[in-house]
Amino acid sequence: MKENIKITVIDRDDQRHELDAPTDMGMSIMELCKAYELPVEGTCGGMALCASCHVYVLNDYALPEPSDDELAMLDQAFFVQDNSRLGCQLKIKEEYDGLEVKLAPVAQ
Amino acid sequence: MLKTIETDIIIVGAGPVGLFAVFEAGLLKMRCHLIDALPHPGGQLMEIYPKKPIYDIPGCPSVLAGDLVKNLMEQILPFNPGFTLGERAEKIEKLDDGRWCVTTSQGTRHHAPVIFIAGGLGCFEPRKPPISNIEHFEDKGVEYFVRNPEFFKDRRVVIAGGGDSALDWTIYLADVTQNLTLVHRRTEFRGAPDSVEKVMELAEKGRIRLITNAQVTGLQGNGKLDGVVIQHDTEGTFSIETDFFVPLFGLTPKLGPIAEWSLSLEKGAIEVNTLDYSTNQPGIYAIGDINTYPGKLKLILCGFHEATLACQSAFKHVRPDQKLSFKYTTVTGIEGLPL
Repeated sequence: MKENIKITVIDRDDQRHELDAPTDMGMSIMELCKAYELPVEGTCGGMALCASCHVYVLNDYALPEPSDDELAMLDQAFFVQDNSRLGCQLKIKEEYDGLEVKLAPVAQ
Repeated sequence: MLKTIETDIIIVGAGPVGLFAVFEAGLLKMRCHLIDALPHPGGQLMEIYPKKPIYDIPGCPSVLAGDLVKNLMEQILPFNPGFTLGERAEKIEKLDDGRWCVTTSQGTRHHAPVIFIAGGLGCFEPRKPPISNIEHFEDKGVEYFVRNPEFFKDRRVVIAGGGDSALDWTIYLADVTQNLTLVHRRTEFRGAPDSVEKVMELAEKGRIRLITNAQVTGLQGNGKLDGVVIQHDTEGTFSIETDFFVPLFGLTPKLGPIAEWSLSLEKGAIEVNTLDYSTNQPGIYAIGDINTYPGKLKLILCGFHEATLACQSAFKHVRPDQKLSFKYTTVTGIEGLPL
Protein backbone atom coordinates (compact mmCIF):
# COMPACT_ATOMS: atom_id res chain seq x y z
CA MET A 1 0.00 0.00 0.00
CA LYS A 2 1.24 3.47 -0.87
CA GLU A 3 1.63 6.06 1.84
CA ASN A 4 -1.02 8.67 2.32
CA ILE A 5 -0.25 12.29 1.51
CA LYS A 6 -1.40 15.45 3.26
CA ILE A 7 -3.82 17.83 1.62
CA THR A 8 -4.98 20.97 3.39
CA VAL A 9 -8.52 22.18 2.83
CA ILE A 10 -9.56 25.59 4.13
CA ASP A 11 -13.30 25.72 4.66
CA ARG A 12 -15.63 28.68 4.19
CA ASP A 13 -15.11 29.77 7.80
CA ASP A 14 -11.34 29.86 7.21
CA GLN A 15 -10.77 26.74 9.31
CA ARG A 16 -7.79 24.70 8.12
CA HIS A 17 -8.23 20.94 7.82
CA GLU A 18 -5.12 18.88 7.21
CA LEU A 19 -6.42 15.70 5.61
CA ASP A 20 -4.81 12.30 5.09
CA ALA A 21 -5.37 11.47 1.48
CA PRO A 22 -4.87 8.04 -0.08
CA THR A 23 -3.16 8.07 -3.48
CA ASP A 24 -4.13 4.58 -4.58
CA MET A 25 -7.91 4.88 -4.72
CA GLY A 26 -8.41 7.23 -7.65
CA MET A 27 -10.02 9.62 -5.17
CA SER A 28 -10.68 13.24 -6.15
CA ILE A 29 -10.42 16.32 -3.94
CA MET A 30 -14.24 16.49 -3.97
CA GLU A 31 -14.52 12.89 -2.72
CA LEU A 32 -11.84 13.54 -0.12
CA CYS A 33 -13.78 16.53 1.24
CA LYS A 34 -16.98 14.48 1.37
CA ALA A 35 -15.19 11.62 3.13
CA TYR A 36 -14.14 14.07 5.86
CA GLU A 37 -17.67 15.55 5.94
CA LEU A 38 -16.55 18.98 4.82
CA PRO A 39 -19.37 21.08 3.32
CA VAL A 40 -18.95 20.01 -0.31
CA GLU A 41 -22.11 18.78 -2.03
CA GLY A 42 -20.69 17.02 -5.07
CA THR A 43 -24.23 17.10 -6.47
CA CYS A 44 -23.45 15.73 -9.92
CA GLY A 45 -21.28 12.92 -8.55
CA GLY A 46 -18.05 14.11 -10.17
CA MET A 47 -18.96 14.76 -13.79
CA ALA A 48 -17.88 18.43 -13.81
CA LEU A 49 -21.52 19.37 -14.13
CA CYS A 50 -22.50 21.30 -11.03
CA ALA A 51 -19.53 23.29 -9.65
CA SER A 52 -20.54 22.52 -6.07
CA CYS A 53 -16.92 21.36 -5.49
CA HIS A 54 -15.40 24.64 -6.76
CA VAL A 55 -12.07 25.30 -4.98
CA TYR A 56 -9.20 27.76 -5.22
CA VAL A 57 -5.77 26.16 -5.49
CA LEU A 58 -3.55 28.14 -3.12
CA ASN A 59 -0.06 26.86 -3.88
CA ASP A 60 1.91 26.26 -7.01
CA TYR A 61 1.57 22.66 -8.14
CA ALA A 62 1.80 21.23 -11.63
CA LEU A 63 -1.85 20.26 -11.80
CA PRO A 64 -3.22 18.86 -15.07
CA GLU A 65 -4.82 21.46 -17.34
CA PRO A 66 -8.61 21.69 -16.94
CA SER A 67 -10.61 19.79 -19.55
CA ASP A 68 -13.12 21.54 -21.82
CA ASP A 69 -15.92 20.18 -19.63
CA GLU A 70 -14.35 21.70 -16.53
CA LEU A 71 -13.79 25.07 -18.22
CA ALA A 72 -17.34 25.07 -19.54
CA MET A 73 -18.67 24.43 -16.04
CA LEU A 74 -16.47 27.12 -14.51
CA ASP A 75 -18.00 29.51 -17.07
CA GLN A 76 -21.37 28.94 -15.42
CA ALA A 77 -20.08 29.13 -11.87
CA PHE A 78 -19.72 32.24 -9.71
CA PHE A 79 -16.81 33.66 -7.68
CA VAL A 80 -14.43 32.23 -10.30
CA GLN A 81 -10.78 33.30 -10.12
CA ASP A 82 -7.64 32.40 -12.07
CA ASN A 83 -6.86 29.64 -9.54
CA SER A 84 -10.36 28.14 -9.64
CA ARG A 85 -10.71 24.41 -10.21
CA LEU A 86 -13.41 21.79 -9.74
CA GLY A 87 -12.37 19.46 -6.93
CA CYS A 88 -13.98 16.50 -8.67
CA GLN A 89 -11.59 16.83 -11.61
CA LEU A 90 -8.44 16.75 -9.45
CA LYS A 91 -7.52 13.14 -8.84
CA ILE A 92 -5.19 12.83 -5.85
CA LYS A 93 -1.62 11.86 -6.77
CA GLU A 94 1.57 11.43 -4.74
CA GLU A 95 3.02 14.62 -6.25
CA TYR A 96 0.26 16.67 -4.61
CA ASP A 97 1.59 16.14 -1.09
CA GLY A 98 1.18 19.48 0.69
CA LEU A 99 -1.43 20.86 -1.72
CA GLU A 100 -3.67 23.55 -0.24
CA VAL A 101 -7.13 24.39 -1.52
CA LYS A 102 -9.83 26.71 -0.27
CA LEU A 103 -13.54 26.02 -0.74
CA ALA A 104 -15.15 28.68 -2.93
CA PRO A 105 -18.26 30.45 -1.63
CA VAL A 106 -21.64 28.92 -2.50
CA ALA A 107 -24.10 31.05 -4.43
CA GLN A 108 -27.66 30.82 -3.13
CA MET B 1 -62.45 25.27 -12.58
CA LEU B 2 -58.93 23.88 -12.65
CA LYS B 3 -58.26 20.37 -13.83
CA THR B 4 -58.20 17.45 -11.36
CA ILE B 5 -56.44 14.24 -12.34
CA GLU B 6 -57.43 10.97 -10.65
CA THR B 7 -55.04 8.05 -10.58
CA ASP B 8 -53.70 5.23 -8.40
CA ILE B 9 -50.15 6.47 -7.87
CA ILE B 10 -48.93 10.04 -8.27
CA ILE B 11 -45.22 9.99 -9.06
CA VAL B 12 -43.41 13.24 -8.30
CA GLY B 13 -40.37 13.26 -10.58
CA ALA B 14 -40.12 11.75 -14.05
CA GLY B 15 -36.49 10.63 -13.84
CA PRO B 16 -35.42 7.04 -14.47
CA VAL B 17 -36.67 5.76 -11.11
CA GLY B 18 -40.07 7.46 -11.42
CA LEU B 19 -40.43 6.09 -14.94
CA PHE B 20 -39.54 2.53 -13.93
CA ALA B 21 -42.04 2.70 -11.06
CA VAL B 22 -44.75 3.00 -13.76
CA PHE B 23 -43.66 -0.37 -15.13
CA GLU B 24 -43.69 -2.15 -11.79
CA ALA B 25 -47.01 -0.55 -10.84
CA GLY B 26 -48.39 -1.51 -14.24
CA LEU B 27 -47.63 -5.18 -13.65
CA LEU B 28 -49.88 -4.92 -10.59
CA LYS B 29 -52.53 -3.10 -12.68
CA MET B 30 -52.06 0.20 -10.87
CA ARG B 31 -52.25 3.36 -12.98
CA CYS B 32 -49.66 6.12 -12.60
CA HIS B 33 -49.40 9.82 -13.30
CA LEU B 34 -46.03 11.58 -13.33
CA ILE B 35 -45.38 15.23 -12.42
CA ASP B 36 -42.12 16.97 -13.31
CA ALA B 37 -40.98 20.57 -13.22
CA LEU B 38 -38.97 20.01 -16.39
CA PRO B 39 -40.85 20.11 -19.69
CA HIS B 40 -39.68 16.60 -20.64
CA PRO B 41 -39.24 13.23 -18.87
CA GLY B 42 -35.80 11.92 -17.88
CA GLY B 43 -34.80 14.17 -14.96
CA GLN B 44 -31.10 14.76 -14.50
CA LEU B 45 -30.27 12.17 -17.18
CA MET B 46 -31.79 14.46 -19.79
CA GLU B 47 -31.01 17.76 -18.11
CA ILE B 48 -27.41 17.25 -17.03
CA TYR B 49 -25.83 14.36 -18.91
CA PRO B 50 -27.87 12.98 -21.83
CA LYS B 51 -24.71 12.10 -23.81
CA LYS B 52 -22.81 10.41 -20.96
CA PRO B 53 -22.56 6.62 -21.02
CA ILE B 54 -23.78 4.71 -17.96
CA TYR B 55 -22.01 1.40 -17.31
CA ASP B 56 -23.80 -0.06 -14.29
CA ILE B 57 -27.27 -0.83 -15.57
CA PRO B 58 -27.52 -4.63 -15.27
CA GLY B 59 -27.51 -6.24 -18.69
CA CYS B 60 -26.43 -3.04 -20.48
CA PRO B 61 -22.62 -2.90 -20.82
CA SER B 62 -22.96 0.76 -21.81
CA VAL B 63 -25.97 2.96 -22.42
CA LEU B 64 -26.18 6.71 -22.99
CA ALA B 65 -28.27 8.43 -20.31
CA GLY B 66 -30.58 9.83 -23.00
CA ASP B 67 -31.05 6.37 -24.51
CA LEU B 68 -31.84 4.86 -21.12
CA VAL B 69 -34.67 7.39 -20.76
CA LYS B 70 -35.89 6.58 -24.28
CA ASN B 71 -35.86 2.85 -23.47
CA LEU B 72 -37.70 3.39 -20.17
CA MET B 73 -40.36 5.43 -21.98
CA GLU B 74 -40.78 2.54 -24.44
CA GLN B 75 -40.90 0.02 -21.59
CA ILE B 76 -43.74 1.85 -19.80
CA LEU B 77 -45.71 2.72 -22.94
CA PRO B 78 -48.09 -0.30 -22.57
CA PHE B 79 -49.20 1.09 -19.20
CA ASN B 80 -50.14 4.45 -20.66
CA PRO B 81 -49.03 6.73 -17.79
CA GLY B 82 -50.24 10.32 -17.55
CA PHE B 83 -47.85 13.26 -17.42
CA THR B 84 -48.03 16.76 -15.97
CA LEU B 85 -44.80 18.31 -17.27
CA GLY B 86 -43.32 21.76 -16.84
CA GLU B 87 -45.19 22.16 -13.55
CA ARG B 88 -43.60 21.88 -10.14
CA ALA B 89 -45.32 19.77 -7.47
CA GLU B 90 -45.99 22.46 -4.91
CA LYS B 91 -48.31 21.20 -2.18
CA ILE B 92 -49.49 17.93 -0.65
CA GLU B 93 -52.76 17.68 1.27
CA LYS B 94 -54.79 14.85 2.75
CA LEU B 95 -58.32 14.66 1.33
CA ASP B 96 -61.40 13.82 3.42
CA ASP B 97 -61.67 10.41 1.73
CA GLY B 98 -58.16 9.49 2.91
CA ARG B 99 -56.49 10.01 -0.46
CA TRP B 100 -53.77 12.55 -1.17
CA CYS B 101 -53.88 15.64 -3.34
CA VAL B 102 -50.79 17.03 -5.06
CA THR B 103 -51.16 20.54 -6.47
CA THR B 104 -48.66 21.97 -8.96
CA SER B 105 -47.28 25.46 -9.46
CA GLN B 106 -49.88 25.95 -12.21
CA GLY B 107 -52.72 24.77 -9.98
CA THR B 108 -53.26 21.33 -11.55
CA ARG B 109 -54.61 18.98 -8.88
CA HIS B 110 -53.86 15.26 -8.72
CA HIS B 111 -55.78 12.82 -6.46
CA ALA B 112 -54.54 9.33 -5.54
CA PRO B 113 -54.27 7.02 -2.55
CA VAL B 114 -50.50 6.79 -3.01
CA ILE B 115 -47.67 9.21 -3.77
CA PHE B 116 -44.20 8.15 -4.85
CA ILE B 117 -41.65 10.92 -4.41
CA ALA B 118 -38.94 10.21 -6.96
CA GLY B 119 -37.63 13.75 -7.00
CA GLY B 120 -33.93 12.96 -7.38
CA LEU B 121 -31.89 16.02 -6.55
CA GLY B 122 -34.99 18.22 -6.42
CA CYS B 123 -36.21 20.73 -8.98
CA PHE B 124 -33.91 22.30 -11.51
CA GLU B 125 -33.82 26.02 -10.99
CA PRO B 126 -31.74 28.70 -12.69
CA ARG B 127 -28.38 29.41 -11.13
CA LYS B 128 -28.68 32.91 -9.68
CA PRO B 129 -25.64 35.19 -9.76
CA PRO B 130 -24.50 36.34 -6.30
CA ILE B 131 -25.80 39.90 -6.58
CA SER B 132 -27.15 40.94 -3.21
CA ASN B 133 -30.43 42.54 -4.31
CA ILE B 134 -31.19 40.27 -7.29
CA GLU B 135 -34.33 38.74 -5.73
CA HIS B 136 -35.69 42.24 -5.24
CA PHE B 137 -35.72 42.73 -9.03
CA GLU B 138 -37.12 39.34 -10.06
CA ASP B 139 -40.08 39.91 -12.42
CA LYS B 140 -39.18 43.60 -12.24
CA GLY B 141 -36.48 43.43 -14.88
CA VAL B 142 -34.56 40.29 -13.93
CA GLU B 143 -35.56 37.24 -15.99
CA TYR B 144 -33.83 33.87 -15.68
CA PHE B 145 -35.48 32.40 -18.79
CA VAL B 146 -36.46 33.69 -22.18
CA ARG B 147 -39.98 32.31 -22.32
CA ASN B 148 -41.32 34.56 -25.02
CA PRO B 149 -38.84 36.60 -27.08
CA GLU B 150 -41.56 39.14 -27.95
CA PHE B 151 -41.52 40.12 -24.27
CA PHE B 152 -38.21 41.89 -24.99
CA LYS B 153 -39.34 43.59 -28.21
CA ASP B 154 -37.84 47.07 -28.60
CA ARG B 155 -36.49 47.00 -25.06
CA ARG B 156 -32.94 47.30 -23.74
CA VAL B 157 -31.53 43.97 -22.57
CA VAL B 158 -28.33 42.85 -20.84
CA ILE B 159 -27.55 39.11 -21.04
CA ALA B 160 -24.83 37.55 -18.85
CA GLY B 161 -23.17 34.18 -19.42
CA GLY B 162 -20.84 32.41 -21.80
CA GLY B 163 -22.53 29.10 -22.58
CA ASP B 164 -24.77 28.00 -25.42
CA SER B 165 -27.97 29.47 -24.07
CA ALA B 166 -26.37 32.92 -23.56
CA LEU B 167 -25.00 32.82 -27.13
CA ASP B 168 -28.18 31.48 -28.73
CA TRP B 169 -30.42 34.04 -27.08
CA THR B 170 -28.00 36.85 -27.89
CA ILE B 171 -28.19 35.92 -31.57
CA TYR B 172 -31.98 35.59 -31.48
CA LEU B 173 -32.70 38.71 -29.44
CA ALA B 174 -30.25 40.92 -31.37
CA ASP B 175 -33.02 41.41 -33.96
CA VAL B 176 -35.86 41.80 -31.48
CA THR B 177 -34.51 44.22 -28.88
CA GLN B 178 -33.79 47.92 -29.12
CA ASN B 179 -30.25 47.23 -27.96
CA LEU B 180 -28.56 44.24 -26.46
CA THR B 181 -25.41 43.82 -24.38
CA LEU B 182 -23.70 40.50 -23.67
CA VAL B 183 -21.46 40.36 -20.61
CA HIS B 184 -19.07 37.45 -20.16
CA ARG B 185 -16.44 36.80 -17.50
CA ARG B 186 -13.76 35.68 -19.95
CA THR B 187 -12.69 36.45 -23.52
CA GLU B 188 -13.30 32.95 -24.86
CA PHE B 189 -16.71 31.38 -25.25
CA ARG B 190 -17.26 27.65 -24.88
CA GLY B 191 -20.45 27.42 -26.88
CA ALA B 192 -20.92 25.88 -30.33
CA PRO B 193 -18.24 27.36 -32.66
CA ASP B 194 -20.71 28.75 -35.20
CA SER B 195 -22.71 30.48 -32.45
CA VAL B 196 -19.51 32.05 -31.14
CA GLU B 197 -18.68 33.22 -34.67
CA LYS B 198 -22.15 34.73 -35.14
CA VAL B 199 -21.94 36.62 -31.84
CA MET B 200 -18.51 38.01 -32.77
CA GLU B 201 -19.88 39.10 -36.12
CA LEU B 202 -22.86 40.86 -34.48
CA ALA B 203 -20.44 42.65 -32.16
CA GLU B 204 -18.17 43.75 -35.03
CA LYS B 205 -21.14 45.11 -36.96
CA GLY B 206 -22.23 47.02 -33.89
CA ARG B 207 -25.55 45.16 -33.68
CA ILE B 208 -24.80 44.12 -30.11
CA ARG B 209 -22.43 45.38 -27.46
CA LEU B 210 -20.04 42.68 -26.25
CA ILE B 211 -18.31 43.21 -22.90
CA THR B 212 -15.84 40.47 -22.00
CA ASN B 213 -13.60 40.05 -18.95
CA ALA B 214 -16.42 41.56 -16.96
CA GLN B 215 -19.23 40.61 -14.62
CA VAL B 216 -22.52 42.17 -13.61
CA THR B 217 -22.08 42.93 -9.92
CA GLY B 218 -24.97 45.22 -9.11
CA LEU B 219 -28.51 46.14 -10.09
CA GLN B 220 -30.04 49.60 -10.02
CA GLY B 221 -33.55 50.91 -10.05
CA ASN B 222 -36.30 52.17 -7.86
CA GLY B 223 -38.80 49.28 -7.67
CA LYS B 224 -38.03 48.43 -11.28
CA LEU B 225 -34.70 47.68 -12.92
CA ASP B 226 -33.19 50.57 -14.89
CA GLY B 227 -29.49 49.76 -14.92
CA VAL B 228 -26.77 47.23 -14.15
CA VAL B 229 -23.35 47.75 -12.62
CA ILE B 230 -20.55 46.06 -14.53
CA GLN B 231 -17.17 45.33 -13.07
CA HIS B 232 -14.47 45.02 -15.71
CA ASP B 233 -11.19 43.23 -14.95
CA THR B 234 -9.03 46.15 -16.10
CA GLU B 235 -11.36 49.09 -16.78
CA GLY B 236 -12.98 49.28 -13.35
CA THR B 237 -16.66 49.62 -12.59
CA PHE B 238 -19.28 51.33 -14.73
CA SER B 239 -23.02 51.13 -15.15
CA ILE B 240 -25.25 50.87 -18.19
CA GLU B 241 -28.94 51.57 -18.54
CA THR B 242 -31.21 48.64 -19.31
CA ASP B 243 -34.81 47.46 -18.96
CA PHE B 244 -33.93 43.79 -18.49
CA PHE B 245 -31.12 41.71 -17.06
CA VAL B 246 -31.10 38.07 -18.19
CA PRO B 247 -28.46 35.97 -16.38
CA LEU B 248 -28.05 32.63 -18.18
CA PHE B 249 -25.81 30.40 -16.07
CA GLY B 250 -27.56 27.07 -16.45
CA LEU B 251 -29.72 25.17 -13.99
CA THR B 252 -28.98 23.74 -10.58
CA PRO B 253 -31.11 21.36 -8.53
CA LYS B 254 -32.86 22.60 -5.38
CA LEU B 255 -34.94 20.49 -2.99
CA GLY B 256 -37.73 23.07 -3.26
CA PRO B 257 -41.22 22.58 -1.80
CA ILE B 258 -40.57 18.91 -0.86
CA ALA B 259 -38.88 20.26 2.28
CA GLU B 260 -42.28 21.61 3.43
CA TRP B 261 -44.26 18.37 3.12
CA SER B 262 -44.02 17.18 6.78
CA LEU B 263 -41.81 14.28 5.82
CA SER B 264 -38.96 13.37 8.06
CA LEU B 265 -35.75 14.59 6.47
CA GLU B 266 -32.10 14.00 7.10
CA LYS B 267 -29.60 16.34 5.39
CA GLY B 268 -32.06 17.22 2.66
CA ALA B 269 -33.07 13.61 1.92
CA ILE B 270 -36.31 11.84 2.91
CA GLU B 271 -35.96 9.13 5.56
CA VAL B 272 -37.57 5.83 4.57
CA ASN B 273 -38.19 2.38 5.97
CA THR B 274 -36.15 -0.05 3.86
CA LEU B 275 -38.89 -2.67 4.16
CA ASP B 276 -40.89 -0.85 1.48
CA TYR B 277 -39.35 2.66 1.14
CA SER B 278 -42.33 4.20 2.92
CA THR B 279 -41.98 7.58 4.61
CA ASN B 280 -43.41 8.67 7.96
CA GLN B 281 -46.69 9.51 6.13
CA PRO B 282 -48.83 6.45 5.29
CA GLY B 283 -49.26 6.13 1.53
CA ILE B 284 -46.25 8.31 0.71
CA TYR B 285 -43.10 6.57 -0.47
CA ALA B 286 -39.73 8.04 -1.45
CA ILE B 287 -37.56 6.26 -4.00
CA GLY B 288 -34.26 6.99 -5.77
CA ASP B 289 -31.76 9.74 -4.99
CA ILE B 290 -34.24 11.72 -2.86
CA ASN B 291 -34.41 9.14 -0.05
CA THR B 292 -31.93 8.12 2.62
CA TYR B 293 -31.44 5.06 4.81
CA PRO B 294 -28.46 3.30 6.36
CA GLY B 295 -26.29 2.05 3.51
CA LYS B 296 -27.99 4.22 0.87
CA LEU B 297 -26.26 4.39 -2.50
CA LYS B 298 -27.39 6.93 -5.06
CA LEU B 299 -27.47 4.58 -8.02
CA ILE B 300 -30.12 4.20 -10.69
CA LEU B 301 -30.13 0.44 -10.21
CA CYS B 302 -30.82 0.83 -6.47
CA GLY B 303 -33.67 3.20 -7.33
CA PHE B 304 -35.18 0.55 -9.61
CA HIS B 305 -35.14 -1.93 -6.74
CA GLU B 306 -36.69 0.61 -4.38
CA ALA B 307 -39.45 1.38 -6.91
CA THR B 308 -40.25 -2.33 -7.23
CA LEU B 309 -40.63 -2.92 -3.50
CA ALA B 310 -42.56 0.31 -3.02
CA CYS B 311 -45.10 -0.83 -5.66
CA GLN B 312 -45.70 -4.10 -3.83
CA SER B 313 -46.38 -2.17 -0.63
CA ALA B 314 -48.45 0.53 -2.35
CA PHE B 315 -50.86 -2.13 -3.63
CA LYS B 316 -52.47 -2.46 -0.19
CA HIS B 317 -53.35 1.26 -0.23
CA VAL B 318 -54.60 1.23 -3.83
CA ARG B 319 -56.55 -2.06 -3.70
CA PRO B 320 -57.19 -2.64 0.02
CA ASP B 321 -59.74 -5.38 -0.71
CA GLN B 322 -57.56 -7.40 -3.09
CA LYS B 323 -54.86 -9.96 -2.49
CA LEU B 324 -51.54 -9.32 -4.15
CA SER B 325 -50.10 -12.15 -6.21
CA PHE B 326 -46.56 -11.86 -7.45
CA LYS B 327 -45.96 -12.78 -11.10
CA TYR B 328 -42.92 -13.05 -13.35
CA THR B 329 -43.04 -11.24 -16.70
CA THR B 330 -41.56 -14.37 -18.29
CA VAL B 331 -44.70 -16.28 -17.26
CA THR B 332 -47.47 -13.74 -17.75
CA GLY B 333 -45.95 -11.26 -20.21
CA ILE B 334 -47.15 -7.69 -20.13
CA GLU B 335 -50.71 -6.72 -20.82
CA GLY B 336 -50.88 -5.01 -24.18
CA LEU B 337 -47.77 -6.70 -25.50
CA PRO B 338 -47.68 -10.09 -27.25
CA LEU B 339 -46.09 -12.77 -25.05
